Amino acid sequence: MLAVQVKAEAEILPLISSKRLFIFECLGCRDVHYPVEKAAEFMDSLKEEIVGKATLDYLCHREFVHEYVKAYAGEIERAQVILVFSCGVGAQVVSSLLEDRIVYTCCDTLYLNGFQGLTAKEFNCDQCGECYLNYTGGLCPVALCSKNLLNGPCGGSQAGKCEVDPDMPCVWQQIFDRLAKLGQLHTLERLGTPKNWNVSPASSAPEKRLP
Amino acid sequence: MKTRSNLERVLESGQFAVTGELGPPRSADAEVIRKKAKILKGHVDAFNITDGQTAVVRMASWAAAIIGKEEGLEPIVQMTCRDRNRIALQMDVLGIAALGINNMLCLTGDHQKFGNHPAARGVYDLDSIQLVRMVKDMRDEKKFQCGDEMAVEPRLFIGAAENPFADPFEFRVTRLAKKVEAGADFIQTQIIYNVDKFAEWMKGVRDRGLHERVKILAGVAPIKSMGAARYMKTKVPGMDVPDSVIERLQGVTKEQVSREGIKLCVDIINQVRQIEGVAGIHLMAIEWEEVVPEIVEAAGLLPRPKIAP
Ligand code: SF4
Ligand code: SF4
Repeated sequence: MLAVQVKAEAEILPLISSKRLFIFECLGCRDVHYPVEKAAEFMDSLKEEIVGKATLDYLCHREFVHEYVKAYAGEIERAQVILVFSCGVGAQVVSSLLEDRIVYTCCDTLYLNGFQGLTAKEFNCDQCGECYLNYTGGLCPVALCSKNLLNGPCGGSQAGKCEVDPDMPCVWQQIFDRLAKLGQLHTLERLGTPKNWNVSPASSAPEKRLP
Repeated sequence: MKTRSNLERVLESGQFAVTGELGPPRSADAEVIRKKAKILKGHVDAFNITDGQTAVVRMASWAAAIIGKEEGLEPIVQMTCRDRNRIALQMDVLGIAALGINNMLCLTGDHQKFGNHPAARGVYDLDSIQLVRMVKDMRDEKKFQCGDEMAVEPRLFIGAAENPFADPFEFRVTRLAKKVEAGADFIQTQIIYNVDKFAEWMKGVRDRGLHERVKILAGVAPIKSMGAARYMKTKVPGMDVPDSVIERLQGVTKEQVSREGIKLCVDIINQVRQIEGVAGIHLMAIEWEEVVPEIVEAAGLLPRPKIAP
């Protein structure tokens, strides 16, 4: 079973059209089904200029990825959009390290049974199967909003805290701040449509899971 | 007219609307609802029936609505996404429409953690904005969320809530725009104590022309005691109670606080009425319904219009 699947081109292409790209690809979970060929196909088909690419194991390991970000600083600087091929955790790690850069993930996370568990600690992914990070500045509302809102922040968000627990940050406030920083606040005008929970192994029978 | 709603008729006629609110009992006692309904009758154009407000188990909103309807009131059934997935929501939407209810208010819902069953599992399959759109598609396209078609559509006047006082403030007009885009016919706001901030929000609403696409009812509520005021100021997420309100209540004797609270409520009604784009008020006097007639009268909002369907 796949850990992630590559998103449909129709979702990604409008976001990156004629932009210079830098790509992060994680092969850490290759042995437990990262769709290597599909991802390569997708990358090859891109018409956009690719200014650089970093392929590494364990994009979920933040300190480790930080070193790559430093090593590829020049290329990353030249790129207009950073593309990530990894699970939701890896995508969140890259977004967190490049807070002022537009980072898009090209994968939907279905399952986290890779080696990811070895190192991931700062970020969470609920393996929802329809990754939403491209509309939220790389912060996950599914795993981190107390009400799984796709159109947040709700009416209880105050002073950056979640209404449900004052010790918890409101992820939608963080999303707002990140998008403001990126000059992408218009993204919040988009209506988040009902989620397809059925693509998530967490909520579906094995035979319903995608191959 | 999209529906047979009295509230829609009042709003469409351009008259200043008044909606009230009624909390169902934490028991199977129908009398409680009849009593409250009798108080509200003739003083409001429609009244909300809360749906497990603050996540405490109470009589179902639709059931209490039917009892209120028998007393001659026009109910607005509140429906939250906390306890129902899209299947249950659509079943209830069909059910209330079939029972002759004309209005609903779409809410995400107070988190179960705040209520008397904090161990419950929350649903949140949809959020309030998605619920608005789903009901609109059922009504206007005769389509279920999955795309299947239905023979007889639920003709409901669709409401949603909005809180101008939550953070980030800059997002609050956007959020209203999303609800309008999703298909809301009317909006009831969070309780207003900070009129200046509300006016600022309304300015943003007018700048985008949203007041012409949706009817905005300003939320107001009388304060009963100093304790209630302080509680709202410090404990209720998304409430904005300015110091001036606390000071005004502190300026009177303890016995006079509730009187002053009523006067303050009337003052706020008079202030929000002056703001362009406010189509009415939503008066929330939960567990204090008996003051509704007095407040509506003092604000000069009686008699309520009678418009034949
Ligand atoms: S939206 Fe969140 S839970 Fe869903 S795949 Fe992306 S990171 Fe994981
Ligand atoms: S306060 Fe923020 S994190 Fe909490 S439920 Fe609301 S939007 Fe979600």
